[in-house]
Amino acid sequence: MSVIPVSYYLALSAVLFGLGVIAFVFKRNVITIFMSIELMLNAVNLAFVAFARAHNQLDGLVFVFFVIVVAAAEAAVGLALVIMLAQNRQSLSVERMNHLKL
Amino acid sequence: MEFISQHSVLVASIIKIAVLLLIVMTALAYLSWAERKIIAHIQSRWGPYYVGAHGLLQPLADGLKFLFKEDLTPPTADRLAYLLAPFLAFSLAVTAIALIPFGPPSVPFPFLPGQQAFSVTDLSLGLLVVFAITSMGVYGVVLAGWSSNSKYPLLGGLRSSAQMVSYEVSLTMSVVGVVLMAGTLNFNEIISNQRGYWFHLIPRWHVFPQIVGFLCYLIAAIAETNRIPFDLPEGETELVGGFHTEYSSFKFAMFFMAEYGNMITVSCLATILFFGGWLSPFPDRWTWQVYLPGASLVLLGLYCAYDTVTTMRGIARIQLTVVTLLCLGAALLCLLPPVAAVIQGPFWITTKILLFLFFYMWLRGTLPRFRYDQLMSFGWKLLLPVSLANLVVTAAWLMWGWMRQG
Amino acid sequence: MTVPFLLFFVCGALAVVGAILVIAAREPVHSALALVLVMVALAVLYLLLGAPFIAAVQIIVYAGAIMVLFVFVIMLLNAGVEERTDFSSIAKYVGVPLGFVLMLWAAHWLWHSQPAGAIGTAATTPAASSRELSVELFRQYLFPFEATSILILIAILGALVLAKREE
Repeated sequence: MSVIPVSYYLALSAVLFGLGVIAFVFKRNVITIFMSIELMLNAVNLAFVAFARAHNQLDGLVFVFFVIVVAAAEAAVGLALVIMLAQNRQSLSVERMNHLKL
Repeated sequence: MEFISQHSVLVASIIKIAVLLLIVMTALAYLSWAERKIIAHIQSRWGPYYVGAHGLLQPLADGLKFLFKEDLTPPTADRLAYLLAPFLAFSLAVTAIALIPFGPPSVPFPFLPGQQAFSVTDLSLGLLVVFAITSMGVYGVVLAGWSSNSKYPLLGGLRSSAQMVSYEVSLTMSVVGVVLMAGTLNFNEIISNQRGYWFHLIPRWHVFPQIVGFLCYLIAAIAETNRIPFDLPEGETELVGGFHTEYSSFKFAMFFMAEYGNMITVSCLATILFFGGWLSPFPDRWTWQVYLPGASLVLLGLYCAYDTVTTMRGIARIQLTVVTLLCLGAALLCLLPPVAAVIQGPFWITTKILLFLFFYMWLRGTLPRFRYDQLMSFGWKLLLPVSLANLVVTAAWLMWGWMRQG
Repeated sequence: MTVPFLLFFVCGALAVVGAILVIAAREPVHSALALVLVMVALAVLYLLLGAPFIAAVQIIVYAGAIMVLFVFVIMLLNAGVEERTDFSSIAKYVGVPLGFVLMLWAAHWLWHSQPAGAIGTAATTPAASSRELSVELFRQYLFPFEATSILILIAILGALVLAKREE
């Protein structure tokens, strides 16, 4: 066989997405939670590229391009917020950041 | 035999990689010798002259020293990152050299049909892949700084990685003008775009129309490789050793070699993108240029012979005699017609790369270093706008040309 | 077992191992390095899928810039070992296993599904070269392209304003 079916790539994408969700829910460090969001975005990118290749269209690849760009912008702003929060609460644990009042 | 003919790509690639690795390792070692000699002569002193004739065996002595030094690991260092950083830096620096074509793609590999002799790969996205590899090189520095768990490396690592990321943007922007003019990201096609001569005399290299882009690229490349005048993160008088303070023996040697490897990579890129790569600067009508490699090696051999006879004594005399014989042997080889036709491309690209490396070392001996805030404001407030302006002007010029053609 | 299959399984395994290390690492720096491993493995998979431009963009932007930013912030904030907090027993003994079960069930179902289309392993289809991709970007998707450039500008301004210290 020299043809890898699309479903293999989709299964891998599902595994990575699931691991990203588990990391998001069960980690306490706010930066690690951010990284799990990036992991989920990467899993979704893999699914997009797999489908783009399967249907021989370019729209999936263009979408992946935009997802990468938006993830960059989101990481920049999000990490700036994290820096401010960490300096304010003196801790990076999400459990100390659960009050709306500063 | 059948294995070789069936898997000719694999076998040819392995042989080319082995040869390239050998050449690059020797070049890295002797670049350190050349740097010390050139800076010494700029500073009116001699540099290494004791170990071997003209200090030519100094890199060997340094290598032995690095192997036998005690390998300290700070006890509070982060093990994984501490061990990973030098390997990452060195392997990425050397990987990028595999994408560079050292000669025309029309020269076939001996005994294996259908393979080029002078480039390991010929990717259609070659330039983008080289930039991908250099952008991963930041990790070597940042992990070295963090894992050493000490003030000076941490500061040096942070500053160096911020500097590298900032100047990487200007580096890629300054090159887009060349890509627009050539219409491709493939190295061989960019070089082919630089064939031909204006007024039958001046070669059509990209440096002439893209002079602003070339200057931006040069400055950004020097900053990207952490060389003087941009080497604050590893300056000896400022930060002890910067991010490689806590490294000793072989790991320090790997950082050293990674820096030279990065220098070679950006010099290769500069020659390919702006100076015509393996094309000759002389018009094709001047057929005597076929003998230039042989002639230059003969001159080198004669100088070594003169030196052997007049100034050397003792064992240095024997070493320099060996060097003389090697030079003259190589010269004879280059003057044979089949070899002379083939060696043109590699000779020109090697000469241009060596000129760039000499320029790097010349800068190191001459200029003082930037302060960190000056460095960052220069990168973001001057270099990036100039590169973007270059890109806009190039695009506008090309579009005007296309619209005039209809 | 041809080379593409072998490459798929090796890179897929590397990606999954990296993702598990993101969860299991005690230091945030190790999690970040594991995530870089995942991204590089995914870039090789994009190459296998015939999208070399996206693979290069993934390495330059994602692994070479965004993750450097993450590592930078971790170093700046001196994030040490994660504090071990007490999970409720339900979370520890029921939640995590159920999460894994859900993930593995979805993967199994997808593995044996038959979505339309199949992937050949020919070298880059001409359609996915950078030239075709840029034609798409600048013709059909011009508006989103310009909108993302404004988005990046907004992000730069936002990060600058947020990071400025109150004088």
